[in-house]
Formats: sequence, C-alpha cells, structure tokens
Amino acid sequence: MTTATTSLTRRSNRFAYVLIAPAALCFALFLAIPILYAIFISFRREIVVGLGLGEGGRTEIWAGLGNYTAVLSDPEFLASAGRVLLYGCVLVPVMLGLALLFALLLDSRRARVRSFARIAIFLPYAVPAVISSVLWGFLYLPGTSPFHHIADALGGGLPDVLSPSLVLLAIANIGIWGGTGFNMVVLYTSLKSVPSELYEAATLDGCTEIQIATRIKVPMILPSLIMTAVFSIIATLQVFAEPMLLRPLTNSISTTWSPLMRIYRDAFIQNDIYIASAGSVLVALATFVISFGFLRLVRGQAFAQEER
Amino acid sequence: MTAAMTTTSDTLDRPSAAAPAVRDGGRPSSAGRPTRSGVERPSLLATGILLLGALYCLLPVVWVLIAASKSPDELFSTFSLAPSTHLVDNIRDLFTYRDGLFFRWAGNTVLYAVGGALASTVVSAAAGYGLAKFAFRGKKLLFNLILAGVLLPAVILAVPQYLLFAQMGLANTYWAVFLPSILNPYGIYLARIYAGASIPTEMIEAARTDGAGELRIFGQFAIPMMLPGLVTVFLFQFVGIWNNYMLPYIMLGDDELFPITVGLSTLMNQGASQPAMYTTVITGALVSIIPLIALFLILQRYWQTDLTAGAVKS
Repeated sequence: MTTATTSLTRRSNRFAYVLIAPAALCFALFLAIPILYAIFISFRREIVVGLGLGEGGRTEIWAGLGNYTAVLSDPEFLASAGRVLLYGCVLVPVMLGLALLFALLLDSRRARVRSFARIAIFLPYAVPAVISSVLWGFLYLPGTSPFHHIADALGGGLPDVLSPSLVLLAIANIGIWGGTGFNMVVLYTSLKSVPSELYEAATLDGCTEIQIATRIKVPMILPSLIMTAVFSIIATLQVFAEPMLLRPLTNSISTTWSPLMRIYRDAFIQNDIYIASAGSVLVALATFVISFGFLRLVRGQAFAQEER
Repeated sequence: MTAAMTTTSDTLDRPSAAAPAVRDGGRPSSAGRPTRSGVERPSLLATGILLLGALYCLLPVVWVLIAASKSPDELFSTFSLAPSTHLVDNIRDLFTYRDGLFFRWAGNTVLYAVGGALASTVVSAAAGYGLAKFAFRGKKLLFNLILAGVLLPAVILAVPQYLLFAQMGLANTYWAVFLPSILNPYGIYLARIYAGASIPTEMIEAARTDGAGELRIFGQFAIPMMLPGLVTVFLFQFVGIWNNYMLPYIMLGDDELFPITVGLSTLMNQGASQPAMYTTVITGALVSIIPLIALFLILQRYWQTDLTAGAVKS
C-alpha cells in the first residue's frame, strides 16, 4: 500500500485520530477491558467472613491458580472439552470437504443447474443457528421426522440420532448444514480469481478435470482454505446454540454438554463468576493454541503456494 | 499469525465486492473464453452431486413450510411431509401469542441488527480509511490488535461483558445488546482493505490541494468509493447480530427485549411440557426465515468475499 505520508499536513494527521477514535474506544470498552477483567477475576475468589451476613459477609481474595486447577481437575469440564474436540474433528473436515467439492463443481462448468445449486446450498447461511437447530431437531425427532416415517412405512427402523451415542453427530450435522454454503461461496470466489491460463496449458497437456482440480485449483486456493479452516475451528469450539436448542427434545444433552454451556451454568446458575472466568480464559487459550497450531502446521505449504 | 495476515499490495484487488471491475480481470469471461473441447461437456455425476447438496440444504426449509401448515395434533400424527390447511390459523396464533409478543421480538431483532450493523459499518469505515490512508503513531499496534480481535473467541467476552454492563446498570436493556455489536474487528479489517484498494491516494491529495476539508474528503469521496465493500461489511455484521444467541441470552432477562432467537428458544423450552407450543415455535421459525431468505436472494452478489483478501503472503 502506498502511504504517501510526504504531503500529509499535521491537520490531516490529527484527523486520523478522529477517524480511529470510535473504533479504538469500542475496542477498549467492549473487548480489551472485559478480557482484562475476566483474567483478573479468574484469579480471585469469594470467601465468607464470620457468619456471612450483611454487607461485609462476603469478601473477595486472591485465589492464585485455584480456579484453574479446579476447572482442569473437574471431570465434567474435561468431558465437555473432549466432546467438543470430537465434534470439531467431525464438523470441520466434513463441512470444508463438502464446501470445497461444491465450489470445484461450480467452477468446473461441467455441471448443470449451477446457479440453482449455488443459491440453494448458500441458503442455510440465512438461517440463524437457533432456528436451524429447531428445524433439524424436529427432523430428528421420530414423531415428526420424515426419515422415520418413511423407514417405518417400509418396515425398517432407523436409529434415534438423538440418543446419547449419536447426538454428537446430530449436532455436527446442524453445523455442517449451516456452514457449508458460506464456505463454498468463499472458496468459489477465490477459485474465480485463479488465472485460467494456468489450467488451459494443463488441459492441452492432457490433464483430466480431476487432476486440474487437485493439482492446480486446490493448491492455488490453499490460503483461502486455511483461513476458512481457522475460522471454522474457532467457531466450533464455542458451540452453544445448537445443543441448547436440542435439549428440550432429548435427555442425551446435559447442561454441561459443551464447555460454553458449562461456563454459562457456572456464571449464571451457580453464580460462581470466578470459576466461570477461569473456564472462559482456558477455552480461549485452547482455541488460540489449536488455531495457531493448525496455522503453523499448514503454514509452509501456504507460503510456498503464494510465492509467485 | 499476525505477520501472516499482513496485507500486501498485490493481493488487495481481491475483495471482489469492492472492486468488481478487477474481479474477473485474471480470467477471460465465459463468452470470450476459448472453447476447450471435451472439458465443457456436461457431467451427470457433477450435476447429481450438486443436486444432492441442494436437496440436503432445502429439506429443512421445505419441512418447516409443511409443518407450519399443521395443527398441533396433526404435527405428531400425520406423515411428516404431508401438508395440511392450518397455516393461517397457526400464523394468527403466533401473532396473538401473549398480545403479539412475537411482533416485539421481530421488531427487536430488526432494531438490534439494523441499528448495530449501521453503527458498526460507520465505525469500521472510518477506522479502515484511517488505517489505510493515514500515518499516525500506534497505527501498527492498533492494526495488530484488531487482527487479534478477528481471531478472538467470543467465549472470553460473554461473562465479563455481562458483569461490566451489570455494574453500569445496563444489563437487561437494549444497550446491552446494541453497544457490543458496534465493534466488529473483521469489519474494520475488511474496510481497511477496501479503502486501500478503492481510494486513490492521488485523489485525496488533489482534493486537499483544492482546499477540501478532511471530513468532506471522507464523506464525499472516500465513503462513496468504499460503498460496495461497506455493503459487505454491513451484511456480515447484520447476519452476525441477527444470528447471535449467546449475547442477548446472557444480557436480557425481560422477554419484551428479546430478539427472535432468544424468544424462540424460550418457547422451545416450554414445548417440553406443552407440546402444542411446538407448533408456535415452528410457525415462528418459518415467519422469521422468510424475510431473511428473501433478503439473501436479493443481495447475494455482495457475498462473494474472499476471506484471504490480503492474507498469507511471505
């Protein structure tokens, strides 16, 4: 970017602060201060003084790492973390795999009904997670599910996807349904910016459409694929709406099914904001470690692709 | 990561919405494209896979349309995909539920989403323009902080935001949902790219030479040039707020302030004890997604955003 600072007057430099002030203020108020506050109270706890009555009945003291060890040694929390990791391992590859497949098909020009398919597959992005969870919830519920109705009519039976062993897949499917279309559009947009000369030569050399897709197109859009993966990983680790909305339909989802549900319960039902804050900080740290770890893992390839 | 996302000039022409003219620049349009014999032949398999994908994505929408036409008794007793005749009754029941509470939720959602996204777009546009076209102390730090904010998981904000708003007496008010929606680090990041790609620095300097004030340059030249990109910023934030569940769920206790998402989730919970409520939830789901789907179909060209616009460059 050419930042021609040479002719900028002092007046215009001052105007830069006017421009960024609202964003900086919002950043401080709604992001930086809350994070610092969360970190602060994650090291605090409340104790009862004397009989615990009246104004001075409770007081806050330093807890050191006490809240963190409490969270990390809680089997329920670890179980919820394990569930969500497994959920992410199902959701992210399947969703991005489908998104990439659809994007390549849209780009290949060999499929018909491309614009219909593009709009139909993108449509779920318009549906909030709360509502898609409601819709899929009823599509899962044997009493209202067309799959169960059809299977019953044919004399077969279907497993109940809301049972404890399958509910994770049921929740992952809601995420796949909601996220595939958006990621498809992102990848398709980036496929369109790949210069076609690159694969016209390959076509002349006798490469098949599939070889062009896997050897030219996918490597060219690898940076987009990596970014969609990072954003997807961050989103999946915070799953909240889907299990919350399926809960009324099944007994398979506990109040602490995902780490975020557990944090919600700690903070607002058990009123332990200290433990809840420690949990939040831990989930945020885990998210950073996983998304940065993923970036490190794929970075070499991404850089190699971008050097043109 | 921060370094990996730093923008460089040759990737700046990528955000297609901001620079539609550049978008297809690298590739001839289909009309001018040389026909490659054998490659353009339609493939049954490719068409079939796309149609299966479309079917999977449309099924829940078709189902809700049918289910909303059933009376509460029929919902659990008739074949799932057999339509009935009670759609109008169900919509009337939904709209009269607790003196039109659903209307309030719909109105609240529009207020949160339109108000929040507008405020967010203005703030992002100003910051993006400032970051792209001015030199000032702390610029690099601010931009890196904003990039970190893009990757920040919302989980860490939920509890402390509530506690801080509660201490200011703002929890359980419209402000509790509106104010945090103004900040959108990804919107600022996009706005910076759009400003860098669409506003020529020479034009700003020419306007300055002509004696135009900075505010006038921003309002009359910069904003119109960034506008297609800003529509994308607006839409991202609009959908983000419309879809948000956790923030209003935590912040609000008074059901008169709920957006649709939180409202429907409370109805869903009531359904566990009164199954008749499920019909209201289903009808509410249908009524809320119809305007969203219509909006999407109208505005779909603005969604062609490359997430890596200016990303990952050594």
